[in-house]
Amino acid sequence: MIDTPDKLYQLADKLNKEKKASTRILISMGTCGIAAGGTPVVEAFKNEVAARKLESAVELVETGCMGLCHCEPSIEVINTADGTSIIYGDVKADQAGAILDAAAGTAAGSRVISRTWYYPEDEENTQCAIQARIVLRNCGRINPEKLNDYIARSGYQALAKVLTGMKPHEVILEVIESGLRGRGGGGFPTGKKWSFAAAQETPVKYLICNADEGDPGAFMDRAVLEGDPHSVLEAMAIGGYAIGAHTGFIYIRAEYPLAIQRLHIAIKQAEEAGLLGKNIMGTGFDFTIELKYGAGAFVCGEETALIHSIEGMRGEPTFKPPFPAVSGLWKAPTVVNNVETFANLAAIFRKGSAWFKKIGSVNSSGTKVFALAGKVDKVGLVEVPMGTPLKDIIFGLGNGIKYGKQFKAVQTGGPSGGCIRADKIDTPIDYEALIGLGSMMGSGGMIVMDEDDCMVNIAKFFLQFTLDESCGKCTPCRIGNTRLYEMLETICNGNGTQDTLVKLKTLSNIIKDTALCGLGQTSPNPVLSTMANFPEEYQAHIKDHKCPAGACKNLISFVINDNCVGCTLCARNCPVACIAGERKSKHVIDQSKCIKCGVCYQTCKFHAIDRN
Amino acid sequence: MTCKCQDHEELNLLEQFPEKKVLLESYLDSLPLGDDREKNRGFLIQSLHKAQNIFGYLPESVQLFVAGKLRLHLSEVYGVISFYHYFTTTPVGKYKINVCTGTACFVKGSGAVLDELKRYLNIEEGETSKDKKFSLGGLRCVGACSLAPVVMVNEKVYGNVTSKMVPEIISECK
Repeated sequence: MIDTPDKLYQLADKLNKEKKASTRILISMGTCGIAAGGTPVVEAFKNEVAARKLESAVELVETGCMGLCHCEPSIEVINTADGTSIIYGDVKADQAGAILDAAAGTAAGSRVISRTWYYPEDEENTQCAIQARIVLRNCGRINPEKLNDYIARSGYQALAKVLTGMKPHEVILEVIESGLRGRGGGGFPTGKKWSFAAAQETPVKYLICNADEGDPGAFMDRAVLEGDPHSVLEAMAIGGYAIGAHTGFIYIRAEYPLAIQRLHIAIKQAEEAGLLGKNIMGTGFDFTIELKYGAGAFVCGEETALIHSIEGMRGEPTFKPPFPAVSGLWKAPTVVNNVETFANLAAIFRKGSAWFKKIGSVNSSGTKVFALAGKVDKVGLVEVPMGTPLKDIIFGLGNGIKYGKQFKAVQTGGPSGGCIRADKIDTPIDYEALIGLGSMMGSGGMIVMDEDDCMVNIAKFFLQFTLDESCGKCTPCRIGNTRLYEMLETICNGNGTQDTLVKLKTLSNIIKDTALCGLGQTSPNPVLSTMANFPEEYQAHIKDHKCPAGACKNLISFVINDNCVGCTLCARNCPVACIAGERKSKHVIDQSKCIKCGVCYQTCKFHAIDRN
Repeated sequence: MTCKCQDHEELNLLEQFPEKKVLLESYLDSLPLGDDREKNRGFLIQSLHKAQNIFGYLPESVQLFVAGKLRLHLSEVYGVISFYHYFTTTPVGKYKINVCTGTACFVKGSGAVLDELKRYLNIEEGETSKDKKFSLGGLRCVGACSLAPVVMVNEKVYGNVTSKMVPEIISECK
């Protein structure tokens, strides 16, 4: 039981002085690591360590996500004597022995990954790393199911400092001075939000952590909750103290079973240790945290909808004002912050707001985590200082486009964001710069697209998403978006006219101005941004009835050219058997039966199929 | 629309599976429920999660049972169920096949995979095959974007799926 702050510091000290194994092997066991085959790798290492009787020399740690999605399962082998480490990617179970034998050297036949990040809290950026990890400072470095691992990394010391040495208004001032802005997308200053709730003089207030990460293609919140759940709990207790709340809720997607499990474990551990619950660390402050589950509704990321969902109602948004900070959950003042926002806080209080402000750009301090995915070579989770150019992320960290294709656009902000053109990738990322490009920060999904992606089709994809997710409460979103979708479909089918474009733009602007909540107001953004940035693609669909990227089925056809050697591969793979021809002679596609699935185009080894 | 008051459900799951009813009942009884309906309502979504976990879906008999325990109206419970994608009022197949519809999977061709699954199984998205073996659906990002496009069959993840792999994936469902 940690009933005084001193006991916490002593425990951390003791843990750090304990004799360590000479080698620490960190094995990335987030959802993606497990999906890629992490479990047999862990088993293999356990067996090899036992067989070699290395139990005291080698410590195996199952960690959360290291962010190296492109080469999972990944492991890091640390020499604890000098702190050097080697990261291996694409590890197979049968490599465990070789990696253990290699000791300080590099195991033969393995893939070594260079580290592209540094930890601003612990070290200087001597290697000029592009990534700076504050939010992900513990992800992939500690066992998320062990409280002592977190405490050894100065865990809960920020809470101790706040509870013993700071008044609530000083806490809020520190957050305001750090310049921390909401990482859920909107970018509202966190400290300011807190100050609104703190100013309400009611006995009951609530603090909510928004972990309903619904943006398709974004998974940074999941990584934090799976890899470092205590950092969120600690920050929530700090927030509760600042605004005067004693109850916190984490609203989490039911689709994240592993994150839920690890949060349950973490809450129980923290309560048992006296770091959450009644009389935290003997300071007299009470704060409890409960989990509430989402049930698959994107709109519940909007704070008023989220609050209704916790109340057990349909997750429909309501008009603001009143803002939740004045009247929120069960009509009590409520602050809703995103997971990533919380994950920054402990570091800010340990190192001070001035330290945090030095990282990032002038109006956007700190870092931002992005889920880099799509057609990029190295898919992964990256955390960069605000102000980092898009180019450094896509080409520096992502290693450019797969298969040598041409980079076309990058989509940020999910269904509320927009597509940024290739010629704008020198732009430094921060909240204002992205809005200037017709997109937005959003929660941090970053989808890279290449020459094969049709921008009209992408806009249609996001509209489809919005249609599925619109709660139906307000007319602009419910009906307006349906009409937008129909117009985009007309264009994709080759039946659009210049008039369609005019209507598309007008209606988009009307929806933007009149929809009830953030979801509706931003839903036309993918349409407006692609229309502004890629007008030539819209024109190609309308004037030439062509889809330059070859993605719109009605506007393409597959034809076999003279390169065909008659290998029959395409005919054997065609799902509708519409390819005919003798062996060793040119084949022909029956256009009337072709469903344009593209299987023949993908399977042909002789470039004998043209997509027109 | 015709009135369905007289239609009786094909099966009353609560009567058919008394042991499952006990499971659900003991869970609901463990909640700090009281006379305050608004307070009880706060437990509705988690109760429905539990009920769907136990029974696989939420037919009217189960909805009524939950409503009764929480002192809510059936209409209120149904209103919540119909709002959230996660809840279903129809039985699902033995194999739940879900294609990830996240953006990363979309740009990598999940649409073609879904089309092929629809064609192969002869069902639409959101439907269950007549023999109750397969349900086909979309799934929001599972965060395995490096494996895009991703198809999940129950808990199993298939990565880098192409339409060509569809017969193979289905044949593994025995």
